[in-house]
Amino acid sequence: MARITLDGIAHAYNGNPRSDKDYALKPLHHVWEQGMAYALLGPSGCGKTTLLNIISGLVIPSEGRLLFDKTDVTNLPTEQRNIAQVFQFPVIYDTMTVAENLAFPLKNRRLPKVVIEKRVAEIAEMLDLTRVLNRRARGLTADAKQKISLGRGLVRADVSAVLFDEPLTVIDPALKWELRSKLKAVHRALDLLMIYVTHDQIEALTFADKVVVMNDGKAVQIGTPADLFERPEHTFVGYFIGSPGMNLLPAKVSGSSALVEGAEIHLGAAYPALPKGGRIQIGVRPDYTMLTQSGGLPVQVRRIADLGRKRLAYVNLGAHQVVATVPPEMSSVAHQTRVTFDPAHTHVYVDDLRVAGAAA
Amino acid sequence: MTDKPFNNRAWFFVVPVLAFVLFSSIIPMMTVVNYSIQDTMGANNFFWNGDGWFRDLLNPSTEIGARFNDALFRTLAFSFAALAIEVPLGIAMALCLPRRGWGVGISLVVIALPMLIPWNVVGTIWQIFTRADIGLFGAAITGIGIHYNVTQDAVSAWVTIVVIDVWHWTPLVILLSYAGLRAIPDAYYQAARIDGASRWAVFVNIELPKLQKVLVIAVLLRFMQTFMIYTEPVVVTGGGPGSATTFLSIDLVKIALGQVDLGSAASMSLVYNLITLTVCWIFYTIMTQLERRRDA
Repeated sequence: MARITLDGIAHAYNGNPRSDKDYALKPLHHVWEQGMAYALLGPSGCGKTTLLNIISGLVIPSEGRLLFDKTDVTNLPTEQRNIAQVFQFPVIYDTMTVAENLAFPLKNRRLPKVVIEKRVAEIAEMLDLTRVLNRRARGLTADAKQKISLGRGLVRADVSAVLFDEPLTVIDPALKWELRSKLKAVHRALDLLMIYVTHDQIEALTFADKVVVMNDGKAVQIGTPADLFERPEHTFVGYFIGSPGMNLLPAKVSGSSALVEGAEIHLGAAYPALPKGGRIQIGVRPDYTMLTQSGGLPVQVRRIADLGRKRLAYVNLGAHQVVATVPPEMSSVAHQTRVTFDPAHTHVYVDDLRVAGAAA
Repeated sequence: MTDKPFNNRAWFFVVPVLAFVLFSSIIPMMTVVNYSIQDTMGANNFFWNGDGWFRDLLNPSTEIGARFNDALFRTLAFSFAALAIEVPLGIAMALCLPRRGWGVGISLVVIALPMLIPWNVVGTIWQIFTRADIGLFGAAITGIGIHYNVTQDAVSAWVTIVVIDVWHWTPLVILLSYAGLRAIPDAYYQAARIDGASRWAVFVNIELPKLQKVLVIAVLLRFMQTFMIYTEPVVVTGGGPGSATTFLSIDLVKIALGQVDLGSAASMSLVYNLITLTVCWIFYTIMTQLERRRDA
């Protein structure tokens, strides 16, 4: 039971960072609250596993302090941190039964046998492993093995956080949902801090209360799934979250209107004082970009993708490619048509960062 | 069922292999079988002897039977001693090797060096090395007052032969174990750290089980080679002092080429061969059965 504070944590694997580029993880301040479920989301190589390993103690950060509640644990070895970690590939002890696997962390800490047995029975019950307790662990399926890995973490009563490193990678798609809801149930039952690393946005958005989107060693946005969707703070978030990602168009912004491809569009807010010289873009999600017969900007339709629930149009707006939603009432789509952007959901980005507008 | 095409030309693919096996194994083997059931008075006159040679060989009260018994016991003892040292030592050294960095290549090459030296050269090196007058090891150990003489003292001879084999072939066990250890994903070690496992617990619960397959190979190879050891003892001790280091292979050569006792030698080599096969088969079966039981 703890909150975890990252105080300027940064890491460079070669140990001697000279420029920003040398950091696998750029300096980061963040507080992970007790009882919350977080997801670390980002493409491969963005530093999310590094961050996870710093928290678990497998990597000692080159800069900054790591606090569990008020205690500085930056240089404490893993085994003294009360952390549970579930890895990408199930880690089980081949020669042991499921029960022995679950008892292993407690046995290493020399707990009395009665306590161990009771605890193992509880955790097995919670993870539906009771039936296989006396089986050899290595004969089991990947999802059962992953539950054993999780169980070995949870079996310790003093565990302050559970870390997951892409735990569903090797699980059959059909079982992913089941295992993920099991994780959610465990989270609710034990009220633990959970941090979940993934590059799958659906996994992140369905699992977590808050999602940390990472790119290139930096946490670009930390927010609820709704925040990430409605107000991406960085063009990367707009592009990475949602499928397909956000439409980004270079624009000239003055006041509460923007000039895109020679046409003026209305923004939901006023931007009286944008910094000079920056690269200005507007961003609108395809969900808020509508094809229309009249008004809006002229576009050429390249193709229509029928997703069943909705239809998406891939169109050219001048030299730029835009994805738009085809309204349900539009039965046939002409090659030359028009597109509108919902002003309330049109964001302005200067050098990839969102600028908050003033009320228009 | 689809009809299988029938084409006699397919034999062309099989015949080369059959011919090769015929000349490399079956014909030499059958020659030995032929000698083992006949007796000769020379001049290429052969007489049928049935299982006579085998009876003598397996009956310890006969002269040849006693010789065979002693040599077999010595060979098994040698194999056991060599394996008992080489396997634990090999694993221990593999655990000590660096996992990454520039040290990996250097240490692997240095460790592999003894394996690259031919058997008789190894024998010669050690024969000189252990001489009490000019050999570095022999002179040093005699100098500190230990009675050590490979050609006169049975204990010295035995220790030397075992040490030579350990020096020559522990590298094989090291390399196999090292490969096995490198195949263990880092996550296992990380999980063990999180679980608070001691170094010994990591070895017993992670490393040893994961090494099991390569160790089966290592033990099989080392058993076969030690059980057939010939060159090093011949060069270093000549099978002596007395017959203290006369192993099966050495005795076989003495009987076949020294005494030209073809019948005895042939029956002996067949029994020798069968023992090697049987021991390997039993060992392999036990190991694979154990593994299957663990999976169940």
